Amino acid sequence: MVIYGVALLSFCMVLGIILGELLGRLFGVDANIGGIGIAMLLLIFLSDYFKKSFRLGDITEKGITFWSMIYIPIVVAMASKQNVLGAIDGGLVALFAGGIAVLLSFLMIPILSKIKK
Amino acid sequence: MMDLLEVINSVLSKNGLITSFIFVGCIVWVSYFISDKLTDGKFHGSALAILLGLLFAYLGGTYTGGEQGVADISFLSGVGLLGGAMLRDFAIVATAYGVRFEDLKSSGLAGVLSLFIGVILSFFAGAAVAVIFGYSDATSITTIGAGAVTFVVGPVTGSALGASSDVIALSIAAGLVKSILVMVGTPFLAKHVGLNNPKSAMIFGGLMGTNSGVAAGLAAVDPKLVPYGAMTATFYTGLGCLLAPSFLYLIINIIY
Repeated sequence: MVIYGVALLSFCMVLGIILGELLGRLFGVDANIGGIGIAMLLLIFLSDYFKKSFRLGDITEKGITFWSMIYIPIVVAMASKQNVLGAIDGGLVALFAGGIAVLLSFLMIPILSKIKK
Repeated sequence: MMDLLEVINSVLSKNGLITSFIFVGCIVWVSYFISDKLTDGKFHGSALAILLGLLFAYLGGTYTGGEQGVADISFLSGVGLLGGAMLRDFAIVATAYGVRFEDLKSSGLAGVLSLFIGVILSFFAGAAVAVIFGYSDATSITTIGAGAVTFVVGPVTGSALGASSDVIALSIAAGLVKSILVMVGTPFLAKHVGLNNPKSAMIFGGLMGTNSGVAAGLAAVDPKLVPYGAMTATFYTGLGCLLAPSFLYLIINIIY
């Protein structure tokens, strides 16, 4: 059943966000720490477990892969609702602060990629 | 005639999410068409679609004066739901399906390291710019630096330290600039920095940290890399909120 896949995905996301919130509280921060990352790890572990013990089934799997495939359209919608004007209105301080941060971060990618493990 | 337009407008608005599928479908179709015919597929269709989305967001913002891009236009309000954090995160989690845990483990150290370096580097880049532009109190410098981390870390830090509202607004703008530059710049820079494998994607996510920027940037380069970048990026804002008002503020406070 396709809903099993969607439900499994939703369960992972909700549980991950709850754990992320709790992690934030633990550190006394008003933010979710890694909730989506935890949700992704849960999905990886659960789907691995299901593959070993019993098969998830093609249709159930489609309940997850559909959302993975609709990812790019969602990102396009996300781009369409950005506050582009707000970024431009921030003036030179915002432009330089954000811009230099991005540039330096890009320069670090090849350096950090050299780390062996 | 006016009645017809009214009916159409009201139907589109009432079925906002469905309308947004049509809107996004058209953008994606046009983008892939242009990518195919005009650039011979050299410029990725999804990268073009994201750029086109940002352009519409700019036009929408100019037209309505709102902060939600096209989603402030009533019949496109569904784009706000489709492109909102809930569905975006849902789709990001879905991309993790089929990821091999070994790939994550083998670049774990680089991923964690990139998170700390990313937050600290962005923070001091933003703080330095604040100093150059004449800010001299530790609270404002820290808040603008935190804004260069992400547009969530900026206001969280600013309100914790009691920064003025125009400095907080500036920190949000700095974060927006970062997020949009990552979206726009990634497809152009990916080749030059070796962003083409799970490991560099995890490092990319950890260094940039803006969820929307990383999500869109990797989608435009190679969707297979999305889960790896998203995995590290999701810890970034939390780490920033942890470090900026405490440890990083103390450092700025010592200097100023």
